[in-house]
Amino acid sequence: MARYVLRRFGLAVITLFILSIVVFTVSAVLPGSVGRAILGPFADKRSVDQLNNELGVNGPLLNRYFRWASHAIRGDFGNSYKYKSPVMDFVSKSLTSSLKLALLTLVIVVPLGVIGGTIAALRQGKALDRIITITGLSLAVTPEFVIGIVMILLFAVKLGWLPSGGTPKGAILDQLKVMLLPALTLTAILFGYLSRMARAGAIEALNSDYTRTATLKGLPRHVVLRRHVMRNSLLPTIAVIASQMSYLLGGLLVTETLFNYRGLGLLVADAARGKDIPMLMGAVFIVGALAMMMSLLADLLIAWLNPRVRLGAKQ
Amino acid sequence: MSTPALEFNDLQLAYMVRGQAREVLRGVSFAVQPGETYGLVGESGCGKSTAAYTAVRYLPTNARILGGDVHLAGRDILSLDKKELQNLRANDVSIVYQDPGQALNPTIKVGLQLMEAYQLLGQSKHDALTNSREILRKVQIADPESVLGRYPHQLSGGMQQRVVIAMALACNPQLIILDEPTTGLDATVEAEVLDLIRGLRDEFGTSVLFISHNLGAIRAMCDRVGVLYAGKLVEEGRAQDVFDNPQHPYTVGLLRCLPRHGSRKSAQRLETIPGFQPLLGAPLPACVFVDRCPLATDKCREVAPQWTQLGDRKVRCHHVDRVHELVSSALPEGTPSTVDRSSTPMLVLDGVSKTFHQGGQAIKAVRDVSLELFAGETLGLVGESGSGKTTLAHTVLGIHAPDQANTITFDGKNLKPGTRKRPADQVRGIQIIFQNPDSALNRRHSVRRIIGRSLRRLAQLPHSEVDGALQEITASVRLTERHLDMRPSQLSGGLKQRVAIARAFAGHPRIVVCDEPTSSLDVSVQAAILNLLGDLQHDRDTSYLFISHDLRVVRYLSDRIAVLYLGRIMELGPAERVFDGPHHPYTEALLSAAPSVDGDTRERIRLDGEIPSAVNQPSGCVFHTRCQRRLEGDLCSTVEPPLTPTPDGGVIRCHIPFDQLGGQPVALRS
Repeated sequence: MARYVLRRFGLAVITLFILSIVVFTVSAVLPGSVGRAILGPFADKRSVDQLNNELGVNGPLLNRYFRWASHAIRGDFGNSYKYKSPVMDFVSKSLTSSLKLALLTLVIVVPLGVIGGTIAALRQGKALDRIITITGLSLAVTPEFVIGIVMILLFAVKLGWLPSGGTPKGAILDQLKVMLLPALTLTAILFGYLSRMARAGAIEALNSDYTRTATLKGLPRHVVLRRHVMRNSLLPTIAVIASQMSYLLGGLLVTETLFNYRGLGLLVADAARGKDIPMLMGAVFIVGALAMMMSLLADLLIAWLNPRVRLGAKQ
Repeated sequence: MSTPALEFNDLQLAYMVRGQAREVLRGVSFAVQPGETYGLVGESGCGKSTAAYTAVRYLPTNARILGGDVHLAGRDILSLDKKELQNLRANDVSIVYQDPGQALNPTIKVGLQLMEAYQLLGQSKHDALTNSREILRKVQIADPESVLGRYPHQLSGGMQQRVVIAMALACNPQLIILDEPTTGLDATVEAEVLDLIRGLRDEFGTSVLFISHNLGAIRAMCDRVGVLYAGKLVEEGRAQDVFDNPQHPYTVGLLRCLPRHGSRKSAQRLETIPGFQPLLGAPLPACVFVDRCPLATDKCREVAPQWTQLGDRKVRCHHVDRVHELVSSALPEGTPSTVDRSSTPMLVLDGVSKTFHQGGQAIKAVRDVSLELFAGETLGLVGESGSGKTTLAHTVLGIHAPDQANTITFDGKNLKPGTRKRPADQVRGIQIIFQNPDSALNRRHSVRRIIGRSLRRLAQLPHSEVDGALQEITASVRLTERHLDMRPSQLSGGLKQRVAIARAFAGHPRIVVCDEPTSSLDVSVQAAILNLLGDLQHDRDTSYLFISHDLRVVRYLSDRIAVLYLGRIMELGPAERVFDGPHHPYTEALLSAAPSVDGDTRERIRLDGEIPSAVNQPSGCVFHTRCQRRLEGDLCSTVEPPLTPTPDGGVIRCHIPFDQLGGQPVALRS
């Protein structure tokens, strides 16, 4: 196990390094002069060049990369062009909001997906199975903005139960109110994948010899399900949840824009639109690092749950 | 008479497939008396496993009981409600089946799984733990404490099966059902598990329903036996009587398919049972066996035979008085071996070793193996799992590279490691037949395409000649035109193996590696495949490297046999001598482990423990830790014996002089 963890961490560091290069390169080759973008089309060439020099966007690429990376390692992504204050402040604030939203989504979708999928597996081929599977699939293939708009129309405009958007502030209950609609939108998207995985895992476990052993031992049905089926069916489900986490983070973009929710997604979108390069780089890097950490955590969790990995199986 | 532990009364059971009832059990009646061991035998598809699962009412949802009833411990199990069924399973009956690795939950420690069975009976955690420890000792696990704390994957196959048996014994059931409990285990492990079951049965007085396709194991274990064919019992009687003196033509045929009494390909062909078992749900002829029976008359087609009682034997046949006619039928001639040992050998291995490196450890799978294989010769490779026989065969095939280059010579030329580096004629020259044709054949391709592709790729025939060659090769493996357009899934196991054989032979190979080619087949099909392999060898002068755990099969087909242990050759010599002796103590133990369908008269030689790890091999003679003939003093444990030539041109690796080595295990000699 220790070897595995060490190797996995090593891989994570390498991935981070590659990510930093990609992020840097992409922003460096973005078309247009940064100084021109900031000063506008009517500024004279001299002041544009001067600004470019001040910002350090003219030097050799390698030097610029090392300067950026050495600061980035210490959590300093420079100052935003637009707001003239440290990128990190914005990123950390948006990150908190985004994580809150992601957490709420998971709290809703994980139990829902696991229970839904398991029920479908137990009723395999029957009406309930069909309903759960088809609902999940339909929701998964509907774009976020469609589901989001329907949600807004229904719960905010028509029924007026919840606000149509905004950023969570104040008491927890108020925050939840703001977050609920975007979280439900994301839940709708993720439920299909999750329940399908949970269903497949449960079916495999139900058909396994060890479940037969447990049943023929004379264990009551609910004990067989809880102790022998669920335990094994959750493994692949967790893997999917983890891989969907990075999707969740990335997919926040559309949802956050739609609900005008001040999270990382909205931050990236704004930075890209405004050519706020340091902000863009910082935000994208953090999103990438976060996604990577999620999958690292997921892998470690899976390894820990599976004794064959944890204890190092003999070949 | 007391109540039987298990009683089937005219049970009829069908599976519903697309709205149609396909009968699997067509009126099965038998009873297992208290303390008795009853065996059910029959080929796959005869319904023996369905019978086992009916006894615990664990049936797929499409199963329908059409008639009859089943009583377990006096209770009608088909009428129990959910709760009663649960209680019955918890208290009165246990089942052990094939593949113990799958039967245990991989994510729960062995101890907790075992304790579950006791806690179910209402015991406290503490009592359950104490009892679990106790029962593990009963199944001869020396160190229960450490086993309790382990996960299933950390135990060997034999240990896993012990744990499953312990779990089955936990409730002290009246009946234990064993469904192929030793299939997939090594002969030595199988023998231990059977010994264990026998001992526990006698100690606890448990009744046993024993299901196996291994007739030797059935004979060794059972008091009475029932022969099932197409969902009907055709013969029932005391196990010994049925096997020694079968009275139903099917039983006679089944027993004659086995290579027995040391039979060899050069002396006789194996008998087969022509035709096929009626398909599930197919309308049955009056007598179920009539289409394959040499004694069949018009009466058999018109009147279903009832039981004929012969003493304590029952036979479902109209012609019990004519069964002796079957026995006298002349056996067809075999294919005399024409191996020329003065010629250049087809394959020469000169000090081949193969070491795998894993996690910083060196696994010495094959150590310094030297042997020769001549044209038209079969060399049998024998040994427990972990002895290196498959690794050796794979090294010859080029799947693994040997540790030192230039140690393998094929047809006078050095054989390069790796199939990609070998010239086409070397690749074509060495082919393989696998154990499981299912996974070896592309299920999406037709038989014509599978064989045709091999003809083009291996034989490198132009398109115009493929058709002709296809006809020829299919005819030689006894497939018909009709089979060519089918896909593998539409063929039976035996037919699939024929396709696999045709594929291997497409490029006129000089050597074919046969890796357990008949292990997944029924005995009647096995006989046909062995005959076919013998014929092909005779016609084409092909050499075989033949791997099988079934020693009688190896003996039947092999000219010479190499016995491997921990990657070393312990002995190599003519098949008769290796089997009849004098032979290596390891060979002796292997031979005595395999239960014989003819009965064992000799005390079995026990091999203690399992084959040692290939990482930390024992010092001196690698076999000394388990050898029953280890010499006084420390010669065996310090000095590895050299391979000594034997008078018959073989070699043997033992400190004991050749003429003092053991021989003549009764079971195989007869």
